[in-house]
Amino acid sequence: MTKYIRRAVGLCAVLFVALLVNAARVQVVQAPSYDSNPGNRRPAIARYGQPRGDIVVDGRTITGSRDTGGQFRYERTYLDGPLYASVTGFASQLYGSTLLEGTEDGVLSGTDPMLTPLPLLNGLTRARGAGGRVVTTLDPAAQRAAFEGLGSRRGAVAAIEPSTGRILALVSTPSYDPGRLSGTGAAASGAWARLNGQDDKPMLNRAIRQTYPPGSTFKVLTAAAALDSGVVDDVDAPTRSPNPYRLPGTTTRLTNEIEGCEDASLRYAFTWSCNTVFAKLGVDVGLDGMTRTAAGFGFNDRKLRIPFSVVPSNFDLRLDRAQLALSSIGQFDTRATPLQMAMIAAAVAGDGSVRTPYLVDRTTTRGGATLTTTGPRILHQAMSASTAQRMRELMTDVVERGTGTSAAIPGATVGAKTGTAQHGIGNSGTPYAWFISWARADDATQPAVAVAVVVEDAAADRADVTGGGFAGPIARAVMEAVLGS
Amino acid sequence: MILPGMSGTAVAVDPAPPAERLPRRRGIELALIVVAVLLCVYGYCAVGLARHGTVPPGAAGYGAGLGVLALLAHVAVRLRAPYADPLLLPIAVLLNGLGLVLIYRLDLETPHDRAAPIQLIWSTLGVAFFIVVVFCLRDHRVLQRYTYVSVVGALALLVLPIFFPAVNGARIWIRIAGFSIQPGEFAKVLLAVFFAGYLAANRNALAYSGRQIWRFRRLQLPTGRVLGPIVAIWLLSVLVLVLERDLGTSLLFFGLFVILLYVATGRTGWIAVGLLLACLGAVAVGRLEPHVHSRVQDWLDPFASITAGQGPNQLAQSLFAFAAGGMLGTGLGLGHSVLIGFAAKSDFILATAGEELGLAGLLAVFVLYALLVERGYRAGLALRDPFGRLLAVGLASIVALQVFVIAGGVTGLIPLTGMAMPFLAQGGSSVVTNWIIVALLIRISDCARGQYDGTPAP
Repeated sequence: MTKYIRRAVGLCAVLFVALLVNAARVQVVQAPSYDSNPGNRRPAIARYGQPRGDIVVDGRTITGSRDTGGQFRYERTYLDGPLYASVTGFASQLYGSTLLEGTEDGVLSGTDPMLTPLPLLNGLTRARGAGGRVVTTLDPAAQRAAFEGLGSRRGAVAAIEPSTGRILALVSTPSYDPGRLSGTGAAASGAWARLNGQDDKPMLNRAIRQTYPPGSTFKVLTAAAALDSGVVDDVDAPTRSPNPYRLPGTTTRLTNEIEGCEDASLRYAFTWSCNTVFAKLGVDVGLDGMTRTAAGFGFNDRKLRIPFSVVPSNFDLRLDRAQLALSSIGQFDTRATPLQMAMIAAAVAGDGSVRTPYLVDRTTTRGGATLTTTGPRILHQAMSASTAQRMRELMTDVVERGTGTSAAIPGATVGAKTGTAQHGIGNSGTPYAWFISWARADDATQPAVAVAVVVEDAAADRADVTGGGFAGPIARAVMEAVLGS
Repeated sequence: MILPGMSGTAVAVDPAPPAERLPRRRGIELALIVVAVLLCVYGYCAVGLARHGTVPPGAAGYGAGLGVLALLAHVAVRLRAPYADPLLLPIAVLLNGLGLVLIYRLDLETPHDRAAPIQLIWSTLGVAFFIVVVFCLRDHRVLQRYTYVSVVGALALLVLPIFFPAVNGARIWIRIAGFSIQPGEFAKVLLAVFFAGYLAANRNALAYSGRQIWRFRRLQLPTGRVLGPIVAIWLLSVLVLVLERDLGTSLLFFGLFVILLYVATGRTGWIAVGLLLACLGAVAVGRLEPHVHSRVQDWLDPFASITAGQGPNQLAQSLFAFAAGGMLGTGLGLGHSVLIGFAAKSDFILATAGEELGLAGLLAVFVLYALLVERGYRAGLALRDPFGRLLAVGLASIVALQVFVIAGGVTGLIPLTGMAMPFLAQGGSSVVTNWIIVALLIRISDCARGQYDGTPAP
């Protein structure tokens, strides 16, 4: 019997070895794939198991964490949520995270390798780095001025510091409180359903994720292209442009809403926004020159990140001459984000170069030690410095005696361009009021701010919807806020 | 692995004269018990420190309770089984204590359903049974007289739950006054007694008599006449499975019977027949019985329900827990095995051990079980009477099979069958039964080691 008992012992030994080998297989070999299985809740539990790092505006945190004691323990809270929603995005247990909460998630949630100085030791102790901080470039006064200026209307504002590319304000209205999407309860899912169901899409970031026909504000680009390519040498010389202007190859006649555009000088045409002159100038510059200049300002750029992605603004690369003429006055297929138009204003305000706009000044640990910093970076030279100088003159004229007088600020030099984009079949769509501008305090050497404002307003009387009347005061408020701070 | 003075062959008739008096090693047992209790108290404190940053207020009481239980059991062994194997009791104390820590730890996640205090009551009851068995059962051979009483009792216990409502799909519980009892657990011990008694009496007839029905090289199938008992047990297992939907118990009974039959007769043919019948039963039941069929499906693809958008099932959650543990574990109190759901404290308790103690801790637990089993087999090897040998092998095999079936199930090695991890899992009947098993092994090992010291067998 002893022999058979020994064999039974052998059988048990085989069974135990099988258990051990299988345990090692599950816990070591298969573990990574099990850990990353979408059905595994542990990553989410770990992520919400500690307070999330904060987003900082001008030294003040605009986010917080609330301990719920539940399985997904810490919920995100927001100070002035609607005011900053277009920058922070949301961080939701149920719906993921967007905008800064999304792109800076590694730092905020503490998973960024930079937050764990001793990765090997941390792998052993399973300690997770405390969430770091994201310090933004925003100017709270400018942000608030833009938000309050837009009020209950649909629209967006982007403001940039021309010399660096720092984004000073980024606002989209109507807005929402991202804190309502935190947590796992019915309140969060209800808020989600409600926000997604609204006609005016409060979660759409109109400043960077929505493109609009830029209308007359695009004439800044066309004028720059004309000056840079030598099509126009003297801003005060007649341009030899007919009124009305027959679009090349068609019988369609383009007209103006104001007098005096026939053979007008570039200065006059810019100040009073003559369509005929700019349509002809665009055709004279040619498709190559126009697309090159547009690309120089950042059109058709799919790679722009601030750090979250920006929808590319569009200037068609293949156009016949009639389409080119229309595109050159910001119509046809030309579409731009408010941020893109702010970049144009900033390039004019500076030396003609376009700086990469950025929203994150630096990231730090919870204690304040710097992890990364973002500095000014030149994206393109959109035009020569002398062209920029002449463009500044033209834009200043618009404020001093043209369509942009509503943006004038005492004690500062302000340049602007207005635009009204009527679109849709027979101009039946919602008209968009545009205003792009920049401002330099009289005692400063460089412009402090460049702004683009767009206001959608279906309720307004169409004839009244002009960039100067509607969007200009908002731009002025933002510029005043920056100059005053 | 044989003690000095004992030959490895089965010579039961003419024992060699004792060479020397064996050491009793009760001091070692006491020292190991103290270590086991301290380890459990440490685990209890670790849970509290990890969860609340303080030593839990009940730590002293818990340590004292476990310590007193262990000491009482130790005193009983010292008085009545002085030659018993010194490893058995400390292993039981450590596993039971660790089980209490894990259940206490899971109780923190389910404040409305506290299982640890009830488990402590059952553990106390188990130790009481242990002491009763050690005190009252002076010689294990007495049990051989109750061979047929045992089988009647076992069948009665097995049949009893059929008259009670099913719980979670299995008809294996009876509820009396708020306590639920699983009679099948106690039936295990009785069946082991029956198998050992029956086979000890009939092993020669089973091994050598009758007409062989088939012979192929060395594989010799048993004769038709003696095939009867094995077929009867097989039918019983299938019946248990079909009527009670208890795959684990049915598998355990059958495996136990095949092992004992083989050990008693040494005929490989029994193994062949056993495997054949097991496969037949498994295939038939797997096809016909939806409860078992779904278990097999889960085993083949544990993540099917995730792909189907229904979220992870228990097995998937268990695998996630083991994976989260990795090599060293998350630390006691810091895992999320509660995600497994309602069976986290019972059938899936090993997942908590795997997640919070890691592969290292799991290996330690497996080694404890392996030691327990090995000590049981060793007691059987050292004995002279066939009944005692078969009983020891049977009891050790129960533990081994049970550990393999449930641990293999929750780690995805084999299809999952509901079963309690001995000592570790929540479950009163299981804890009491396992304490009785350890008591019997203590008694047998005392006899095995004591019969050479010159004192006459009672």
